[in-house]
Amino acid sequence: MSGETILSADGVGKTFGAFRALRDVSVAFPRGRLTSIIGPNGAGKSTFFNVISGALLPSEGRVVFEGRDITGLSQHLLARLGIAKSYQITSLFPQLTALENVRIAAQALVSRFGMWRPRSALPGLVDEATALLDGVGLGRRLGVPAAGLAHGEQRALEIAVALASRPRLLLLDEPTAGMSPEETRSIMELIVRLATERTVVLVEHKMKLVMNISDRVVVLHHGEVLAEGTPDEIRANDEVKRVYLGQGRPAAAGLR
Amino acid sequence: MSALRTALGRVVALCGPHRVAVMIVFFVVFPWLMPYKALAINVLILGLFAVGFNIVFGYTGLLSFGHAAFFGLGAYGCGIAIARYGLPWPLALGAGVLLAGVGAVLIGGLSIRRRGIYFAMVTLALAQLVYYIFYQAEPITGGENGLRGVDVRTIALGPVALDFLAPTVKYYFVLVFVSLALWCLSRVLESPFGAVLEAIRENETRARACGFDVDGTKLAAFVLSGLFCGLAGGLKAMHLSIVPTEVLHYQTSGLVVIMALLGGMGTFFGPFVGAAVFLLIEDQVSLVTAQWQLVAGSLFMVFVLFFPNGIWGSLLQWVGRAP
Repeated sequence: MSGETILSADGVGKTFGAFRALRDVSVAFPRGRLTSIIGPNGAGKSTFFNVISGALLPSEGRVVFEGRDITGLSQHLLARLGIAKSYQITSLFPQLTALENVRIAAQALVSRFGMWRPRSALPGLVDEATALLDGVGLGRRLGVPAAGLAHGEQRALEIAVALASRPRLLLLDEPTAGMSPEETRSIMELIVRLATERTVVLVEHKMKLVMNISDRVVVLHHGEVLAEGTPDEIRANDEVKRVYLGQGRPAAAGLR
Repeated sequence: MSALRTALGRVVALCGPHRVAVMIVFFVVFPWLMPYKALAINVLILGLFAVGFNIVFGYTGLLSFGHAAFFGLGAYGCGIAIARYGLPWPLALGAGVLLAGVGAVLIGGLSIRRRGIYFAMVTLALAQLVYYIFYQAEPITGGENGLRGVDVRTIALGPVALDFLAPTVKYYFVLVFVSLALWCLSRVLESPFGAVLEAIRENETRARACGFDVDGTKLAAFVLSGLFCGLAGGLKAMHLSIVPTEVLHYQTSGLVVIMALLGGMGTFFGPFVGAAVFLLIEDQVSLVTAQWQLVAGSLFMVFVLFFPNGIWGSLLQWVGRAP
């Protein structure tokens, strides 16, 4: 499983006042794999996600993407380097149609300050956006404003928006949060499909969702890396069992 | 009623793609709808000011309380070029626009990273700074008496010299610039940059995650807005043939907020509607009572509380063409 590393966190720590949310977290994410970050509530998953996606500046350590130190780099520059993300709380352009949500994300690659020619003259963007929406199952909802979509559809739209910037690394923070079981299943199928073509890092609270689809799993606990390895190694790990036992029966946590 | 609504909706839909042309046609006959021409000129000029302000307020979602600075810089820039340096009006008008643009780069550069009320306060403070500088620089600006001698008597149009003091000539002169400005603005709003403005107004975080430089885009919008307001200011100076210090006063900043909100923020035509309604109230109600501001203020409150989309925005919503 040792491939080239696309993104790595080196000794990352984050403190909020007196609270240490992350402590010396070092993780390397291999290119072309689906890596899941799991852990019980308060493990520091979201903080870690925000640090590697550039939304939070770490108190210690650094984040390296494709050999380049990206710690503290602006969000929009990270996007242009090839990192896209979907947030835990849906973040879209609510009044714009599904199509325009994706079209504008694709536009960021070609025109950001063009003031004179009409946007409709930019070639290919609408086709590209339509294809992406087809791919996430929203091909029939192009003209609906994002705010008018069902929750599951919004999550799918957000993934299409993230894909529109043609990322080499896709970061997803609890993409199934608040979803019905059917919606969850279709989103997980989508993620598996996406992971065949690019690197995906998935932060997920529900362990059983990720165990069967991940190439690697990182378990965070109390802001530290508790375990790291293939899903089988994680299943066999006694410490992981103990941590998840506190949350309920191991079967419920997906350990069997 | 619903037939009227459908019909109006259809008219608005048909006009949409040709909004600039439709507006120009409307403005060509507009002076005959007004009690007198000078009022129509003021509607054009303040409407243009509100249109410029609307770029940051309505389209980008930034509430600036300092836009008098750009209107005033445009007016003083144009006025000083004519009154002190004797420049021909085209150069003077250009100087006013340029000065307003420089002012917008400086004020925008200092304020754009702040948000909400802090952004409003920083713009207000910096605009007041500009006000006091011009108020104190009496040898150049005329101080509290205003800048006199911004005399433009004729506009040379090839071999013909048009009498600029004739209200009709003045109105159509101003209309030419307003039309050009609206045409430019319409193109900008339709452009990829216009799409980025919408995205920022809708969700800054997502716009940033898409790869858009949100601060840079806001600054560009702010400067663009300053240029439009500067043009309005320059036209104001030529129209009045003096530049009163009030153009830079914070009340002018408040006035443009009121006009944009009254007409409909984020709509293309709304700022003119707001300017026209406000100026008509000022003109007509002040004939009856000196307390005309009470009427204007009450109407403003009614709209803010019950019709937040403004007069034009609410009308568009009613006919099913939400802004």
